[in-house]
Amino acid sequence: MGKQINVALIGNPNTGKTSVFNALTGLNQKVGNYPGITVEKKEGVCKLPRGLKAHIIDLPGTYSLNASSLDESVVIELLLNKNDKDYPDVAVVITDVENLKRNLLVYTQIKDLEIPTILVVNMSDRMAYKGISLDISHLEEQLKTKIALVSTRKNKGIDNLKNLISNYKTLSSEPCLDTRDIDTAYFEGLKKAFPNQSLYKLWLVITQDVNFGKVDRKTIADTSAFKTKSETDLKRLQQKETIKRYQFINNVLKKGQSIDLKSAKDLRIKLDRVLTHKVWGYLIFFIILLTIFQAIYDWAEVPMDFIDSAFASLSEWTKNTLPAGAFTNLLAEGVISGLGGIVIFIPQIAFLFLFISVLEESGYMSRVVFLMDRIMRRFGLSGKSVVPLISGTACAIPAIMATRNIENWKERLITILVTPFTTCSARLPVYLIIISLVIPQGRFLGLSYQALTLMLLYLIGFGAAVGSAYLLNKFMKMKSKSFFVVEMPNYKLPLFKNVALTVLEKTKSFVFGAGKIILAISIVLWFLASYGPGEEFNNAEEIVTEQYASQNLSQEELDQKVASHKLEHSFIGIVGRAIEPAIRPLGYDWKIGIAIVSSFAAREVFVGTLATIYSVGSDEEVTIKNRMAAEVNPILGGPLFNLASGISLLLFYAFAMQCMSTLAIVKRETNTWKWPMFQLVTMTAFAYIVALIAYQLLK
Amino acid sequence: MTLAELKRGQQGIIKDVSSKSIPLKLLEMGCLPGNAVELVQVAPFSDPMYLNINGTHLAIRKETATHILIETTTNG
Repeated sequence: MGKQINVALIGNPNTGKTSVFNALTGLNQKVGNYPGITVEKKEGVCKLPRGLKAHIIDLPGTYSLNASSLDESVVIELLLNKNDKDYPDVAVVITDVENLKRNLLVYTQIKDLEIPTILVVNMSDRMAYKGISLDISHLEEQLKTKIALVSTRKNKGIDNLKNLISNYKTLSSEPCLDTRDIDTAYFEGLKKAFPNQSLYKLWLVITQDVNFGKVDRKTIADTSAFKTKSETDLKRLQQKETIKRYQFINNVLKKGQSIDLKSAKDLRIKLDRVLTHKVWGYLIFFIILLTIFQAIYDWAEVPMDFIDSAFASLSEWTKNTLPAGAFTNLLAEGVISGLGGIVIFIPQIAFLFLFISVLEESGYMSRVVFLMDRIMRRFGLSGKSVVPLISGTACAIPAIMATRNIENWKERLITILVTPFTTCSARLPVYLIIISLVIPQGRFLGLSYQALTLMLLYLIGFGAAVGSAYLLNKFMKMKSKSFFVVEMPNYKLPLFKNVALTVLEKTKSFVFGAGKIILAISIVLWFLASYGPGEEFNNAEEIVTEQYASQNLSQEELDQKVASHKLEHSFIGIVGRAIEPAIRPLGYDWKIGIAIVSSFAAREVFVGTLATIYSVGSDEEVTIKNRMAAEVNPILGGPLFNLASGISLLLFYAFAMQCMSTLAIVKRETNTWKWPMFQLVTMTAFAYIVALIAYQLLK
Repeated sequence: MTLAELKRGQQGIIKDVSSKSIPLKLLEMGCLPGNAVELVQVAPFSDPMYLNINGTHLAIRKETATHILIETTTNG
């Protein structure tokens, strides 16, 4: 195996960087995290001509090397640290042909770090449409690089790009600008104090709060040979640097690019006239949301029913085929039931991520940010909070990470605190099964009652988020500067490959991430439910037979009585009955109590837990839903899951903070346990009170 | 006049940007003296403002726009 070339993909957001990454690596990619922080790290492998191989890193999108967020710091830290194992042999800067001028800013900065750099001009298929023509050889000469014209949409130019990467040794590493031009006296002094370092590198170390090797901010500040500047002066110099860079870019483009405005067509204006309209814009947004919920509910039903019954038969088949014994029972009742509880949600989660990634890819999400900013600000949030709140419908963890681009700390903190109220995909399993049990069938204006209930639950979650944001904003005393800027990218037809890869990746991480927890808990629960201490459990058969001796029960009825007596006196039954007094006023029995307690690991455990508890001791092939429907309220009689207890459960799950992973992420993003603990206590207390009121009113 | 006073469809040239109140990021996105600016669309209460600055489309809040001085070039 030859040496792998390290390639870093860098570029502004919305330049199709991820499309280029996908085109280069295909399915040979993996998504992880940078050590210690939650910034997503995407890497992949790409085969190059002449038997070479490239290790490709897709760095977070950044407008410049002046970092203003954690994501952007990752880019600088990598580019400044030659000892990093991922330090690029070659940087590939991705630009969008329609925004070349702005996209070139970060390019000139990377060139000034003296890293060999290739320039990719992406979306080149739109040049004719936009009346743009480029003088490539002039641009290559002036920018001291090689240019690859690429269209990921038309699948053009990728081979040329691979070729350029494989010839990275011939690339120039000459800088574009002379850093001394920014402030001659200052930089001459810096050069004298550190003669062996690149000036632009030193400048970044001074202005950015990142680590790199031996020379850091402090050693520069402590060097007596060199006088440092105040923060204000540094900012003024950064501004001057930006102006210098744009002057350079303007000069290069004056000859290298011509735009014939007459032949340019603009779809953006026509679409924006409707999509950002004061009335139509909001109406369309609402209709899109409605469609998403209808889809999640209705379209996903067929594959879900199929999965549900498939797992029930699998469990039955295991029991009948394998030799009877504890292991077979564990497999059939613990493992398979637990797994079924995860797999069944794949269709819905895939649908949800499909919609979210289409909205992101098309450029529509920015329009939503624009439309909602003013309204959200009234509640102490930002227009950018809409994206976390919407992606919170998938999962609060990526949603909380998505708050990073909110510039104002108070707005960001409030968004982090209220995002767990939005209905995440883990609540969906709980909602779906309870809705199907307690909400009647039927349709209203073509929408089923059940779908409408689900929509209502989403609205309640959103309302709770916004309402608590309003209160937090009122009570939190925190001064921070209001600032907001959002790019409005061009509308694009989402690329099938990008959407498919996102859906695949996110669904996979749900199944394997949540799946592990669910499976482990299912197995533990099975043990706790299958064994118990003392006479009551071990001699259940005799006790029950004696108790019902006079009633002349059939063997089948007797078996059922024995099973439920055993469950009640198993370890789990003891725990469950201990907490029962606390949850009885909410309309739950101890089995639901167990499910709620185990839900604090992750909400989606609820259904799996009930499935495990109910399947212990039952021999027939029945689906989870049928088992739940057959449960009888031990005190009042009638079905356990009726309208009152159902609504009460729905509301409890809507408001309670029941996700350890979310708490961990909140701790990481806010850097203190104070905020996650605050969420855990207030949200759960609120959930309890609301569920209590609902049950007492409805019963 | 300031950018906040621009009407929908009007165009102008940026004259001065108050460096104290405007973050570097906005400058890096092209909000620099000498560049052309057009107000593309406004949300209700004309806030935020959807601008085309030098070919870059972005939205900023009205408050930020008051720190950017411009000169109009058309009367929309």
